[in-house]
Amino acid sequence: MAAEGKTIDALSQFELHHALGPIGAAVNFTQSNAHMLLAAAAIVGLMAWGIAPRAVVPGRLQSMAEMFYEFLENLVTGQVGHEGKRYFPFVFTLFMFVLFGNVIGLLPYAFTYTSHIAVTFALAALVFVVTTVVALALHGKKFFGYFFPEGAPLWLAPIIVPVEVVSYLSRPISLSVRLFANMVAGHVLLKVFATFVVLLGGLGAIGPVVAVLPLGVNVLLIGFELLVAFLQAYVFAILTSIYLHDAVHLH
Amino acid sequence: MSEQNDFERRLRQAREKQGLDKKPDTAGGGGLPSSGWRIGLRAGTEVVSALIAGAGLGWLLDRWLGSFPWLFLVFFVVGGAAGVMNVYRLFNPRNGAR
Repeated sequence: MAAEGKTIDALSQFELHHALGPIGAAVNFTQSNAHMLLAAAAIVGLMAWGIAPRAVVPGRLQSMAEMFYEFLENLVTGQVGHEGKRYFPFVFTLFMFVLFGNVIGLLPYAFTYTSHIAVTFALAALVFVVTTVVALALHGKKFFGYFFPEGAPLWLAPIIVPVEVVSYLSRPISLSVRLFANMVAGHVLLKVFATFVVLLGGLGAIGPVVAVLPLGVNVLLIGFELLVAFLQAYVFAILTSIYLHDAVHLH
Repeated sequence: MSEQNDFERRLRQAREKQGLDKKPDTAGGGGLPSSGWRIGLRAGTEVVSALIAGAGLGWLLDRWLGSFPWLFLVFFVVGGAAGVMNVYRLFNPRNGAR
């Protein structure tokens, strides 16, 4: 599809299509939604089947489930502190959803729902609302002191307060743009080099020999993208925990 | 059982001495990536997102109050300041409580 007309068409992979035939078209159910459901089912399946045996010596699936659990638990308690355990389910769900979205998107024919700013911004907005509500619930009016550091001269307030407010409002934007941009950049790179393979492969006798180079690049890129997929989910989770830390401890 | 605890303790001590167990996130700003490119991209997103937030807030306030370009311009500058502050926070987290 990409090599049709000898052009590089790297962005059509992000287009949404209706899934599930006429039923999907009627309710605007896209392949993005289908992949979200798939990821959710995979996460629930991993956790349910992994934990079901409750073996003392865990099998493969159970140790994987335990690994994710312990990794996230260390992360949350390390960042938020002991009282952060309350928010563990929230961060865990976010992390798994982002991670599975990133990783499933790397499979052939799959769609990466985290490559849409609408999805990542919705997740980031959720984080923003939850952290703000947590801060308000725990600290009440004192939360607004967050926007004006103690000890600063009062006449500076008209400058400091707007800057702090804008900085606070910029959190969901940087959180969502980072994930979205990383996923888009990775998939565009993969597509561009994959198109090179096809284009160069058609260049007569020497073509297939030269085409091996971009193919090799793509093999390396897939490995790199797996790393990025994990890293971005990790960054999303750790930033969420940092924001929760700020909300719980408020300074 | 105590034998195993003793082993765990000695293993931890040995690992600490070898520097294998890194303290969780001593870098502050939250898993601050180590390579130059990643730090640059991270700081860039912080600045750009603060600019977007500032400009967007200013634009919304303008639309509400009907005072187009002024608040937009003011908050664009405020957004830039917030971006610089975000980058500063990236390297010097508040109070260094972590």
